Amino acid sequence: MSILINKNTKVITQGITGKTGMFHTQNCVNYAFGRQAFVAGVTPKKGGQNFAGIPIFNTVAEAKKDTAATCSVIYVPPPFAAAAIDEAVEAGIEFIVCITEGIPVLDMVRSKHKMKGKKTLLLGPNCPGVITPDEIKIGIMPGHIHKKGPVGVVSRSGTLTYEAVGQLMELGLGQSTCVGIGGDPVNGLKHIDVIKMFNDDPKTEAVIMVGEIGGSDEEECARWVKGNMKKPVVGFIAGVTAPPGKRMGHAGAIISGGKGTAAEKLAVMEECGIKVTKNPSEMGKLLKSVLR
Amino acid sequence: MKIHEYQAKEILRRYGVATPRGIPCFSVEEAVAAAKKLGGNVWVIKAQIHAGGRGKGGGVKLVKSLDEVKKQVGAILEMRLVTHQTGPEGRIVKRLLIEEGADIKSELYVGMVVDRGSQRVALMASSEGGTEIEEVAAKSPEKIHKVFINPDTGLTDTEAKDIAGKIGVPAAAMQEAKVFLQGLYKAFIETDAALAEINPLILTRDQRVLALDAKINFDSNALFRHPDIQALRDLDEEDEAEIEASKHDLNYISLDGNIACLVNGAGLAMATMDIIKLYGGAPANFLDVGGGATTEKVTEAFKIMLKNPKVKAILVNIFGGIMKCDVIAQGVVAAAKQTSLPVPLIVRLEGTNVDLGKKILADSGLPIISANNMADAAEKAVKAVRR
Repeated sequence: MSILINKNTKVITQGITGKTGMFHTQNCVNYAFGRQAFVAGVTPKKGGQNFAGIPIFNTVAEAKKDTAATCSVIYVPPPFAAAAIDEAVEAGIEFIVCITEGIPVLDMVRSKHKMKGKKTLLLGPNCPGVITPDEIKIGIMPGHIHKKGPVGVVSRSGTLTYEAVGQLMELGLGQSTCVGIGGDPVNGLKHIDVIKMFNDDPKTEAVIMVGEIGGSDEEECARWVKGNMKKPVVGFIAGVTAPPGKRMGHAGAIISGGKGTAAEKLAVMEECGIKVTKNPSEMGKLLKSVLR
Repeated sequence: MKIHEYQAKEILRRYGVATPRGIPCFSVEEAVAAAKKLGGNVWVIKAQIHAGGRGKGGGVKLVKSLDEVKKQVGAILEMRLVTHQTGPEGRIVKRLLIEEGADIKSELYVGMVVDRGSQRVALMASSEGGTEIEEVAAKSPEKIHKVFINPDTGLTDTEAKDIAGKIGVPAAAMQEAKVFLQGLYKAFIETDAALAEINPLILTRDQRVLALDAKINFDSNALFRHPDIQALRDLDEEDEAEIEASKHDLNYISLDGNIACLVNGAGLAMATMDIIKLYGGAPANFLDVGGGATTEKVTEAFKIMLKNPKVKAILVNIFGGIMKCDVIAQGVVAAAKQTSLPVPLIVRLEGTNVDLGKKILADSGLPIISANNMADAAEKAVKAVRR
């Protein structure tokens, strides 16, 4: 078991003929069961062509009808990415992974509003994607640093997730699923949504949650963990040293009005029974210490 | 992206948001001419810098004669204005706004932001204008009223009037307040703003509703569709190193410490700053080279970091995913050679092609200090600057 995706997931790539789309689709196809997972691509006006043996369609609806895919991944450039999300939602895709970085935030406000009442789940935007090691990867993370195992990983940042995975692997610990929720303020799945899924996943025994300054998603997640989580959770928050009012790369990583500091988040997480470290090189060790 | 108050007011007026009449000026002569043109006998002179707290810092003056205009404009232009938002070094005032005086009855607050929780645009309003709104929020949160605006309907008549009533707008000014708030929302949406703040919004004795101050920040991800707003960028207000970095598509922010860091990914870059601090050092910058760093990009990054005279060591921390460690290593070697490396360089590589990357560094003959993990890298960097 795993969460969100497994080797039987069927995926459509939106923006498959762009440079980024082609590069990462090829890498995903080459990973584990990728060949059977990536069944279609979408680029308007390029229907009928193919990329690496994957048929291309003009619309998500056509691709879904022809392949019965339930998932889509988006590499469409920022000006058109929100419309690509809307299209996938309209077509009834169950799970959308939006990799695109730099989508205008008001576009996301409108797209999220359109998703209200729909059952579609969105991951991202501005995220590395999701991987269930040794089965399937949907996104831009390096597959080879992972292996299957008992640890769930959820994070707002890309390379910091790889760092956590690297530390786990040094200790011989594999992962059930690693989820990058992305660094944008208006996005899909939050820490709390992913933690709930890990809680219900029999193969996940413990979870690392990696957060960042800005917003209050980590705090909300921590409060849920306190009353409901059956498995140990450890955490790290990046940005203890970040000054207020300066945007640290990610659109969401900003301390504003004295809210969203790392100290505040770490305090709430500790209060809620999450073991935290201020040392980003000790995430793996900390997780190992709580494994039962 | 930030703009000046006078630019924000020009944008707002186009959307029907009322402001006092005013004219931007760059010299004493222009200011005197502007005062004459505005007429009346009371004017307000306001320094234009991208920071709040200008009044307390001496950058806002009420004047009652053309002689006083001359005197005060002379004093404010080119002054080093220090406020709680500028840092101790302050900003040199190069522009100012001269406005007609307003007959203030009461000062209110109105703000708009994209709210993460509701994932909507939030309108916030308070009867306590003119002060630090964070203070009001902390001490008396019941005095801050909020509306989370439905993107389909926009700010409705009912919502606008309801919130205006809650912050003390009298019936006689209600229609004007409604037009004001709906105009503000329209401006926010159509310009892709990230934050708009009117503090204070004033009620005058003759029942008018005016934006006495105005601040708008824009979503940098949306600037591609607003060339008119891009044109308002004032490079005088930005950090030189940050401007240079943005030209090379590098995400750089200046900080106060002496250990420069070059990292791939924003989260890992923040974590690297944190671990430097944890080991007793202080980061000189935040720098995310992004996912597709080339030799040229790394070289530019080195140049920008080394321009900072405070830098006593450079820490490179790369977790190679798509970006391969050997490519980064080549970039680091080329950059080190080009800049003749005046300070110790600590490099930590991990991930794709790490062995090849480490070999390139070792074979370069450069005095590069290699680190095995983040902690090791931070420890070595801190040790290097203490020497």
